Formats: sequence, C-alpha cells, structure tokens
Amino acid sequence: MSIHKLQVEAIQQGTVIDHIPAGNGLKIINRLQLLNSDVRLTVGLNLPSGEMGCKDLIKVDQWRFTQDEAAELALFAPNATINVINDYKVVDKFRMSQPEELNGLFDCPNHNCITHNEPVDTKFYVRNSGADMKLRCHYCERSFSSALFG
Amino acid sequence: MLSSSAPVFSGKHLVSVSDLTADSIQRVIDIAIQLKSSPRPTLLQNKVIASCFFEASTRTRLSFETAVQRLGGSLIGFADAGNTSMGKKGETLSDSIQMISRYADAIIMRHPQEGAARLASEISSVPVINGGDGANQHPTQTLLDLFTIYEARGSLEGVKVAFVGDLKYGRTVHSLAQALALFGAKYYFVAPDALAMPDYIQEELLEAGVQFECVDNLEDVIPLVDILYMTRVQKERFDPTEYMHIASKYVLTAAMLKNAPEHLKVLHPLPRVDEIDVSVDKTPHAFYFQQAENGVYARQALLALTLCPNLDKQLLTSREGGQA
Ligand SMILES: [Zn+2]
Repeated sequence: MSIHKLQVEAIQQGTVIDHIPAGNGLKIINRLQLLNSDVRLTVGLNLPSGEMGCKDLIKVDQWRFTQDEAAELALFAPNATINVINDYKVVDKFRMSQPEELNGLFDCPNHNCITHNEPVDTKFYVRNSGADMKLRCHYCERSFSSALFG
Repeated sequence: MLSSSAPVFSGKHLVSVSDLTADSIQRVIDIAIQLKSSPRPTLLQNKVIASCFFEASTRTRLSFETAVQRLGGSLIGFADAGNTSMGKKGETLSDSIQMISRYADAIIMRHPQEGAARLASEISSVPVINGGDGANQHPTQTLLDLFTIYEARGSLEGVKVAFVGDLKYGRTVHSLAQALALFGAKYYFVAPDALAMPDYIQEELLEAGVQFECVDNLEDVIPLVDILYMTRVQKERFDPTEYMHIASKYVLTAAMLKNAPEHLKVLHPLPRVDEIDVSVDKTPHAFYFQQAENGVYARQALLALTLCPNLDKQLLTSREGGQA
C-alpha cells in the first residue's frame, strides 16, 4: 500500500480525482464548491507520486462524475485520472481529456462581451498554447489564458 | 467558371473576417469590380434590408445604405438605438433580432458590444451582416480594403504593406493583416512601442507563415512597399506632450513620398485627423477617397452575393455576352 492512501480516508461512494498536477488541486476544489456548496471533499496536496514527483488528490464523497463533468475540470488538470467509486470499489476509471469546447460554465472575462447582457450561454473554444491553455470566446472572439478562469 | 463553384455567401451571415477564405474574398472582389463598371440598379428590387445601428456610425451607415439603394433595395431601420423605443424600452438584442428578421430579407447591424453580431446570426432567420461589433470585427471594412488594394495593384498575391500609427487598438489593421495573410503578403509595422501590433496577432501571423518586420522610421519603408496603410493615433491614449512627439513621427507629408515607388498607394480608413497632411491629397499616391468610395461597391457586392443565389450564373452570362 502506498503512503498517500494512508493519508486520505477511503470513500464508499463518489469520485477520486488522482494525478492532479501539484498546485492545481485548489482550483478544482474552488470549482467543485461553486457547483455544489455542500460537497464533502477529502483533499491531499503535494503528495509524493512516482511519475509526477508531487501531485494533488481529491476525493469527492457521494458524487459520481460523468465524463462531461470531468471534461470541465480537465481545464485545471489535464491528464488527471478519474476513479468512480461504488461500494468502495472502482467501477469506472478514465483519464481527463481536454475538452474542445466549454459551454455555459464561465462568464466571459471581457466585460463588454454581449453574453453579459443577453439570455445566452457562454461558449469557449479550448486551445493549447505552449504549457498554457487558452480559451477563445465564441462571441467576442477574444482569447484568454485558462489561469483567468481559475 | 464562377457558376461551377458552390455558393459561398448566398443566404449566409458575415460576422467575422475568420468567416472569409481566399476564394470568398476573390469572389467579392470580382463582383465589386463588375458592379463598379456596370451598375445593377434593380438587383435587389423587392428586397427589404434592415439597417440596424444600435450605436451611431454615420460613415458606415451611409456607405451601407447607399449600397442598398444603388441595387434598388429598400431600407428599414434606425440610425442610433438610443433614440428609438428599441433602446429605451430595454428589449434584449435577441428579441429585437427575432422580430426584425421576420420583417426583412437581411440585417445589417452595428452594435457597441463585442459578439453582438455573432449572437444575432444565431437568432436571425435571415442573413446578418456585421457592420461592427464593439472593438471586435468589422469585416466589410476589410473587404473594401482588400478590394481597394486589388484595384490599385491588380492582385493581392505577395503585396507589401506598411501599417502605420495605432496598430494596437486598430481592429481595421488587425483584420486586414489577418485577411492578407491568405495571399502571402509581407508587412512592415511602423508604430510607437505603446501602440505596437499586439503579441497575439503577431503569433497568429507567424503561424500563418507571414513575413513581417517592425520598423522605427516611416521614411525607411516608403521605397519598399506597395501600400502605405495609415491609421489615426488617438490623442486620448497619451498625455499631451507625449502625443505631440509621437504623432509627429507618424505623419505623412507629400515630401516624404519623393522616394516612393510610382505605384505606391496611400490608404486610410478615415476619418483622418493630421496623420496624412493635405499636401498628400494632390499626389498620385493618395487613394483614401477612392477607398471610401469602394466601400459602397464592396458592400454592394456582398449584399448581392448574399441575397441573389443566381448571381454567379447571371454574371457569367453577362460576361460571355460582353466578350461576344
Ligand atoms: Zn466573450
């Protein structure tokens, strides 16, 4: 048994987000709390990880992620792994993959973007730009660093 | 030849320069050339065009509305939403467009917010032509610039352009630089550091394989280029002494054009303030008033292509007729 498993409690039902690049765990926690303020989380930050050196890990109690929910979080943790847990067992396991589009999740950082005044969902196209990820607004056509959305 | 290709504009929106391709640009230019030499005063007969200026812009509106009238179309609309019940009653843009698209055959719109035209295009049942959405796009300005460069040179391929003045905030310059990238252009950027071409545009141009150079001195590039594209440096962006210093470096006079290639043309999206001295007006290089005139032809061409699915065929016939 590896060390980190001793540091966080096992969950009966929910989702374990593993292999989050160290430092990005907090962004995911923020996002999860925005989506559900009552969500119960067990968090490990800067845990030792063979392949990554250091990683963050989050256990989300009672909430089994769908692929779509995971795709949204991929913005903050590309390549993290999702383990869906039922009755203490992993029933589904997949890698987060970078979504091509993000719909209705974030407000546009451009204050003069029409999406702030109209009954319409925001829509961003996701693009890699070196180590950074960029989101381009479908409406105002501006590009923003994904850091702005953290 | 024209009739064999698929329709590009017919029934479609034009929101952004990124909606254009080298082929579709060439198509607009071809039609604009034809409309300039042989007017078609009944082409849009029985068509009602809505000209919706949610923000006032007299030049753009006059140019569009002239284009509609020259083709025999009729107009409905407003020049400034602030003075209409549209603006005052607080209706959403979405609802306004829902309604207007049920009255008109096409909508020309200008709006102070970025993304307004894209949103309208998703709601409207008829083509939306973007006449400017905030600081974002103004694609018909780009089409008229391209038409004018084509007219001046006979081709867009490999054109050498110096962009001068405010390259940071000027959406006109950004869009034109992006569009000409489709034709293997070469650019010189002449701007104060504070108004340099933004990094994201430079990155895009690099990705598109465009050659460009940033140059300090306007006079150095004059012998090298086909087109001198001047823009206005806005006073508001600087303190007064700084403005005097900066503006004087980016003012074009007739004397500076003594080493210009004979075919060099000076363009400017207008209105100018003092960045082009009136002495330039009398030189054979001045082309900015023709450029403004060409706006009417470029907009006619776009409207005609958008609203007349058979236009390609008609034009092909008239071309054959002309040659016979
Ligand atoms: Zn936006």
